[in-house]
Amino acid sequence: MTVYSQISENKIKTFLIMFFFILIFSSFFFLLGKYFDSPWGYFFLGFFISLASSVGSYFYGDKLVLMTTRAQPANKKQFFNFYTVTENLSLAAGLPMPKLYVINDPSPNAFATGRDPKHAVVCVTTGLLQIMDRTELEGVIAHELSHVKNFDILLASIVAVLVGTLAIISDWVIRSMWWGRGSDDNNRSNRNPIFIVLFIVALILTPIIATIIQLAISRRREYLADASGVLLTRYPEGLARALEKLKNNSQPLHKATSSTAHLFIDNPFKKKNSSWFVNLFSTHPPIDERIKILKSM
Amino acid sequence: MFIALGLVGILIVYLVAQYNGFVVLKTRIQEALSGIDVQLKRRADLIPNVVETVKGYAKHEKSVFTEVTKARTALMGAQSLQQKAEADNMLTGALKSLFAVAEAYPDLKANTNFQDLQRQLEDTEDKVAYSRQFYNANVLDFNTKVQMFPSNLIANAFAFKALEFFEAEEEAKKSVKVKFD
Repeated sequence: MTVYSQISENKIKTFLIMFFFILIFSSFFFLLGKYFDSPWGYFFLGFFISLASSVGSYFYGDKLVLMTTRAQPANKKQFFNFYTVTENLSLAAGLPMPKLYVINDPSPNAFATGRDPKHAVVCVTTGLLQIMDRTELEGVIAHELSHVKNFDILLASIVAVLVGTLAIISDWVIRSMWWGRGSDDNNRSNRNPIFIVLFIVALILTPIIATIIQLAISRRREYLADASGVLLTRYPEGLARALEKLKNNSQPLHKATSSTAHLFIDNPFKKKNSSWFVNLFSTHPPIDERIKILKSM
Repeated sequence: MFIALGLVGILIVYLVAQYNGFVVLKTRIQEALSGIDVQLKRRADLIPNVVETVKGYAKHEKSVFTEVTKARTALMGAQSLQQKAEADNMLTGALKSLFAVAEAYPDLKANTNFQDLQRQLEDTEDKVAYSRQFYNANVLDFNTKVQMFPSNLIANAFAFKALEFFEAEEEAKKSVKVKFD
């Protein structure tokens, strides 16, 4: 698979995810409306919320991600290694220089976001800068720049915002159900129970769908980004050592949320992926596997 | 009849796509080349400062200074890719002996201005290497397309010729030699 086919695949997937998000979201609101006796009103409400968050995620996804992770812009003077390594690797990759951000957190991690290489952001934690030497940092940044080059960042940022929207809305719905229960006990019997069942099913399904989308987009592309990152640095050992350090560090990154977890180079929650079942629902491929592949290059 | 016309149409579309592919690659190579030039110029611009700073502490090492200055002049005047690569390698070698000389002067090594310049020089050296890598990667793509069938037919028809790589290995290999005298 070449970079160009990856780019078009990512663009198509982004479009499809937006489309299905709007579709599912609106129909979910339609069901919700049945419950409250105003299906079309709710349908349009859902349609506009999902449309706005899709379009918003395209233009402002990177800013939202940076906001939720509380990242600060990085300058050359203070973060000389981070800055120059990114500059150099952008030259080698033929990419414009991305904007650089730093999260003030001792847990080592990194991610890239933005909608295309011209509006890209690379962000690392101060913990990462502390424990990595220059060659290891080069490995990590090259991995992130590969995500930038093949438009993984577009898809990942949009999924982050959409999953975040889903989380907020389903939270809100559950709360309003909970509080609404006592007041209208009398007219509840008039409503068709099938819609309530459908509604509850949808409520259970949404987080599962959200997880599956995150899984679908993130696991294979970590391997791909590792490989194309190595093409830039020509030194697989650097990234392998960096991943080794990430593996041995067990500090979780508190500023990551479940909607942004898939953006990071390593799972920010630091759960030990031991059983196959846990692996199945993990947003990141097992780090040992990645190190093994890099070592065999 | 229609089938024949259709085939001709497909052929024309294919030819245009191939030709444009060559043009895109060639433009990218031009861009990569100017990227190298920018870094080489940055590097050359740093040299006078470095020489002045070192001179302030080590006046007597004249031969090193002349060598560095000579290499810099050669780099500034280089026209062809070959000349640029050679001059750049020469400068790398000369700078190596300059910094080897600097090792003997602890005051100079402690000078923050010198440390900063040294760091900047290392950084531009890296940048030259990385822009060279980008250039060479694109030349590789281009040359492969020029030589492979059937795109080589179009390359021949429009006189797209294989381009030379920006080499740096030779000097690097040479400078490993250690002299005792």
